Amino acid sequence: MRVSKFKKKIQIIYAEKQLGNERHRVVRQFKGFLMAILRAILIIGLSYVILGPLIGIIANSFFSNSDKYSPIIYLIPQNPTLERYRIALLRMDYWNVMRNMLIYVAGLTVIQLFICSMVGYGFARYTFPFKKLLFACVVIMIVIPSHTVMLPLFTTFREFNPFGLVGLFNDGESINLLGGGSAIAGGVLPMFIMTLFGCGLRAGLYIYIFNQFFRALPKEIEEAAEIDGAGTFYTYMFIMMPNAKPSIITVTIFSIVWQYNDTFFTRLFNINDNIALSKQITSLWANVENIDRVMDRSIIQLYVNAGIVLVIIPVIVLYVLLQKQFIEGVERSGIVG
Amino acid sequence: MKLKKLTLSQKKSLKGFLFVSPFVIGFTAFYLRSLIMTVQFSFSETIMPEGAAAGHSLSFVGFRNFIFALTEHGSFTQDLTVSVFNMSFDVLLIIFFSLFMAILLNQKFRGRTLTRAIFFLPVILNSEAINDAIIMARAMMVGGMSPVSADVMEASGTAGVNVMYYIYMLNELGLPAGLLDYVVGAVSRINLIITSSGVQMIIFIAALQSISPSLYEVAKIEGATTYETFWKVTFPMVSPLIITNIVYTVVDSFIRSPVVTLSYETIFTHINFSLGSVFSLLSMMVVCLLLFVVCAIISKRTFYHN
Repeated sequence: MRVSKFKKKIQIIYAEKQLGNERHRVVRQFKGFLMAILRAILIIGLSYVILGPLIGIIANSFFSNSDKYSPIIYLIPQNPTLERYRIALLRMDYWNVMRNMLIYVAGLTVIQLFICSMVGYGFARYTFPFKKLLFACVVIMIVIPSHTVMLPLFTTFREFNPFGLVGLFNDGESINLLGGGSAIAGGVLPMFIMTLFGCGLRAGLYIYIFNQFFRALPKEIEEAAEIDGAGTFYTYMFIMMPNAKPSIITVTIFSIVWQYNDTFFTRLFNINDNIALSKQITSLWANVENIDRVMDRSIIQLYVNAGIVLVIIPVIVLYVLLQKQFIEGVERSGIVG
Repeated sequence: MKLKKLTLSQKKSLKGFLFVSPFVIGFTAFYLRSLIMTVQFSFSETIMPEGAAAGHSLSFVGFRNFIFALTEHGSFTQDLTVSVFNMSFDVLLIIFFSLFMAILLNQKFRGRTLTRAIFFLPVILNSEAINDAIIMARAMMVGGMSPVSADVMEASGTAGVNVMYYIYMLNELGLPAGLLDYVVGAVSRINLIITSSGVQMIIFIAALQSISPSLYEVAKIEGATTYETFWKVTFPMVSPLIITNIVYTVVDSFIRSPVVTLSYETIFTHINFSLGSVFSLLSMMVVCLLLFVVCAIISKRTFYHN
């Protein structure tokens, strides 16, 4: 009798507890559901802000004149045309300029990767006098905006004559490495020289990334290599570099994209039109207006849109291909330290 | 012969020096020398020889250029203050926004990779030439497919939503005018903020992923709410990277500020080397001072795990 009474009590408590658990679970699920909705709204809205202009530009670049003038057409053209692309390809001299630009960017990226990883490795693995001071210089290079040094860089490369060395071969005259009419190699030499000495576009950041990454690698790898008889350079090139894949991917993408999009140094060193794609897009408007005699501004805009799409296609393709490795790479590359 | 006398540690330090030597040469030749030259330019008057394609000579004039820039020049001081104010305004928003988005994107949900790819897209497409073209496109486009434009008034005309109505309504609620201005400003700048917080977002995501899950487990066992967990675990653990992000944001947004445009134009359009150098130098000093003060304040409150 007593036992059964207690049994009942226990059962009631048990049931209450189960109900409580159930309630807890429902509340939690509901919370999760609300959170998911909120997240979805935010992400969709913000993605729209980012993608909106892009979608608009891509859609617009296929519009024919009648589509543009028709007030009822929105995003999907009625008479799609490739005319805009034909003219934009022609006026920007696209294939030629793109080939030159890709060679220029690829060359700089390879140098950037090699030099920055080397310097980063040196900072990470060796101790030498003034190391702290020199590393402070890397940070200074990141922090100081490049416009502070633009004028001296400009004059240096316009009258290029380091220690009078160039003068020895040129009757004591300095040479002009900047772009312009009959420039040497289209004015890309200043950028290559700077990159070769670890001062290229945002080189400080890349050195920093490599330094952080190499510092985190275990020292035993190199010790093993040394015992097995690998030289210093061999160790760096064939043992440490393959390990630094996340950093390499990150730096490669950053370097390609930033170099490709850079307008500051392009303008400063006056790099020739047949290499700088950014200059072509700037002059596309005037070219279409003057050569093709298109007078309606809203129609010219369609040509410029096609030009923009053509310019961004290479980076988009690169990004889509390497996107996954890239974001994972940044996470592991040592930016965070 | 001499090399044999080096000890092992000396040899090692020599090797290390060889590794960093390209940078040392480059930094001395292109940065240190350039900085000294900029200072030189700003303390002297540049004399351009008539008719020569290149070459210039300098004569020392002391602080005259600085005094001219600060007291007499028409737009420099104004541009500088506007740049600094805009920068501080944006930096705050960008840091908050990127931290918020990083936490959001760090959660597990379907389509996370795609979302991250979209949010990082502005960094990939961040070219001045393309941006100019896009801004032009936005101005030309009539209808919906333009995002919230920089100008709230303009948006109210095209988007079919009367933004001014809401602003009036909030004003009537008795919110402080300063706060309202800030919020309205922030909303109208949302495009700028989203597009310039890509890198910061990625850095924060990386930081969030490096937090050990055991810390969250402990917090959960101890009965901490989500809110508490954020302030006691997440925020302290990512706080060292706030400084990194502030530095990155300030430097990044400074390059696009009106002061830089002014100094570029003074040098290359008006061919006034001295005055342009003064502009660059002064603005750099202001930015460095700002960074120094901000970092000093924040680093005291930062929690360093190690």
